[in-house]
Parts: sequence; C-alpha cells; structure tokens
Amino acid sequence: MNLMPAIALDPIHQFEVTKWLDLRLGNIDISFTNASGFMLLGVVLIIAFFGMASRKGELVPSRLQSVAEMGYGFIADMVRSAAGEEGLKFFPFVFTLFFFIFFANMIGMVPYAFTTTSHIIVTGALALFVILMVVVVGLMKNGLGFFKLFAPSGAPLPIYLILTPIEIISFLARPLTLGLRLFANMLAGHIMLKLFAGFTVLLIGAGAVYVPVAALAFAMGVALNALEFLVAGLQAYVFAILTCVYLNDALHADAH
Amino acid sequence: MMIAFLAETAGHGGEAAAFPPFETWHMPSQLFWLAVLFSALYLALSRFILPKMSDTIEKRANRVASDLDEAARLNNQAVEAQKALELRLAQARAKARETAEKAREKTEAELASETARVDADLAKKLETADARISKLRADAMTNVEQIAVETADAMITRLGVKASPADLKKAVSAALEQA
Repeated sequence: MNLMPAIALDPIHQFEVTKWLDLRLGNIDISFTNASGFMLLGVVLIIAFFGMASRKGELVPSRLQSVAEMGYGFIADMVRSAAGEEGLKFFPFVFTLFFFIFFANMIGMVPYAFTTTSHIIVTGALALFVILMVVVVGLMKNGLGFFKLFAPSGAPLPIYLILTPIEIISFLARPLTLGLRLFANMLAGHIMLKLFAGFTVLLIGAGAVYVPVAALAFAMGVALNALEFLVAGLQAYVFAILTCVYLNDALHADAH
Repeated sequence: MMIAFLAETAGHGGEAAAFPPFETWHMPSQLFWLAVLFSALYLALSRFILPKMSDTIEKRANRVASDLDEAARLNNQAVEAQKALELRLAQARAKARETAEKAREKTEAELASETARVDADLAKKLETADARISKLRADAMTNVEQIAVETADAMITRLGVKASPADLKKAVSAALEQA
C-alpha cells in the first residue's frame, strides 16, 4: 500500500495544523497556520454577512437584512431570557461568541476545510475566558457576595457541609465542561464522518461483493452529515446559552 | 487485505507524532490568532455592525408605533365625523318633519276657511230663496183671497144679496182662516 490513500483515509489527518506563514513574536511561534486561516475566513464571512445585511438599514428589510435581524433577535432574546435585562450589556459579546463558533462549525462541514473548534486549545481558551469574565463581573457586581453562589440560601446548616463543596466543584468544572463539550462534539463528529466516508471508498475498492455494504456505509455517512449540521448549530447555541446562564449567576448571585 | 490496510492506517496514525489537537507546538499560535481574530470580530460587531442593526430595529419599532398612533387618530376622526353626520341627519329629519307639519296645518286652515265661506254663501242663497218662496206664497194667498172675494161677490150678487166689499173680505178671511 502506498501512503496517499492512507493519508486520505486517516480520520485524524484533518485535524493536523500546518504552517502557512512562519511568524515569530520574540521567542514565541505565532505562525499563521491553516487553523488561523480558517478562523480568519470565519471572521471575514461574519463581518461581510452582517456588514452587508445591515448596511442599508431599511425599514422594510431585504431578505438578507431579515436573516441578519433574525440572528440579532435570536441572540437578544436568548440573553434577555437567560441573563435578564442586565445581561444585555453582554449582548455584543454573546453575539460574537455565538457566531464565531457557529461559523467555525459550519465552515468545518465543508469537505477539506479545517474545523477551528475541533482543537481543545481554542474551545478551552474561549471557555476559560468566559468563566474568568463571569468571575470578574460577579466580583465587581456583588463584591464578596458573589461567593454566596456556593452557599445557596434556604438550606439547613448541616446541608451546607455537603452542598458548598459540591457547588465549588461544579463551578470549577464549568470551564472544563464548557470547552470540552464543544471540542469533543466537533472532534468526534468529524472523525465519524471521515471514517464512514473512508470506509465507503475502502469497501468499493475491496471488490464488487462489498458494494452493498458500501452503500450502507454511504447512507450512514449521509445521515451523519445531517446530524453533524445539527450538532454544529446546537453546540454553538449551547456554548452561548451556557455563557448567558453563567453571566446570570454572576449578575444575580444574591438571588440564589 | 482490508484488515492489513486498516492496520497500516492505524500504524501511520501512530507514527505521526501525537494526536494533532494535543500537540503543543501550535498552541501559542492558535491562542495568538484566536485572541487577535476574536477581538477584531468583537470590535467590528460591537462598534459598527450591532449599533447599526439595533438602530434600524428601533427606528422600525418607532415607525410602527407612530403609524399605529396615526391610525388611531384617523380612526377617532372618522368616528367623530360619523357622529357629526348622524347629528346633522337627525336635525334635518326633525326640520323636515316640522315643515311638513306646518304645511299640513296651513292646508287644513285654508280648507276650513274655504268650507266656512262656501257654507255661508250657501246659507245666504238659501235664505234669499226662502224669502222669495214665502213672498211668492203670500202673494199667492193674497191673490186667492182676492179671487175668493170676487167669486163670493159674484155669487151673492146672482143671489140678489148685496154686501159691502169690507164685509165680504172679512167673511172670506174668516173662512180661509178656518180652512
């Protein structure tokens, strides 16, 4: 066997980072890679789409403008319902976060494209940033009252001995689960897609006997593709709404 | 053949250093570009695009609200105009009824006076006729007396009795009175 089909079928290959432009900042390697390239593509597409859609600002919106305003309303409603009116201060951030992840996930669905959100360093950094922001906002808003979050009021005293450690652990687990969820979903989904697609090719290559099995694998690949589109949208939504929920905790820590 | 192929594929995966998402060499670059690009996107959206969109949406909401107000105002106007129209209609109807009533009264009065005039006229004519009839009758009676007196005179003259005209007249009157 030569190497070419092996690379084509290797389900991990799609996550490999390759340098497009060698860059250094002091001692740090900040090369522009395929990951950076596709991230840039996502950002450019978002700005182009919303920029073009909102440019005219017509009272009776065009189709493009309608779609953009639906996105605006969708995120605004999400922030308002999950984090209250006060949470609307963070609307631009949640909007950016949602569409950044959404476009990255969707670009990842294009064959041969790189999925920036399939790298734990990216999703983890986003999650950590969200949690740090929540902590800073919570401390600025409530002072030390923010730590009431770990001791919800209304429980009998002995319960706090168990409750408080659980609350602390669950709080500390937030950045981990938030980042891992997105990463694992995108990674696993793309591996599955690649596996079934590769398996189909492999089975057809293995002989005419395997063609019906190949058809089955192909059908599975098609179904998974649909599922992955759902996951791509859903995970962006989950990330954004959890950010809103955590912000709500920070803004209304005393209400617990 | 397939199994060998899969084994080779797996082997290749094993050879190619670590699992790409866990490789460390690209992490600083990923973090750097994430920070730069995410911040750029955030700035572009929060400074330029989102304010413009919220502006548009707010403008539309205001426009819709003011249009609704205008519609309510016009509706009120229409309702008032309707009321005024009904009032005017009722006034006109009352006036028409009054005019009709007046005309009817006038006609009745004219009719009554005409009837009275005609009645009086007729009564007068009747009276004249009555007077004429009684005069004619009186004349006729006078003639009858005259004839009776003359006849009586002629009869008694044939009988050879002489009587004064005054006596004769008296006797005839008494006889007429008895009849």
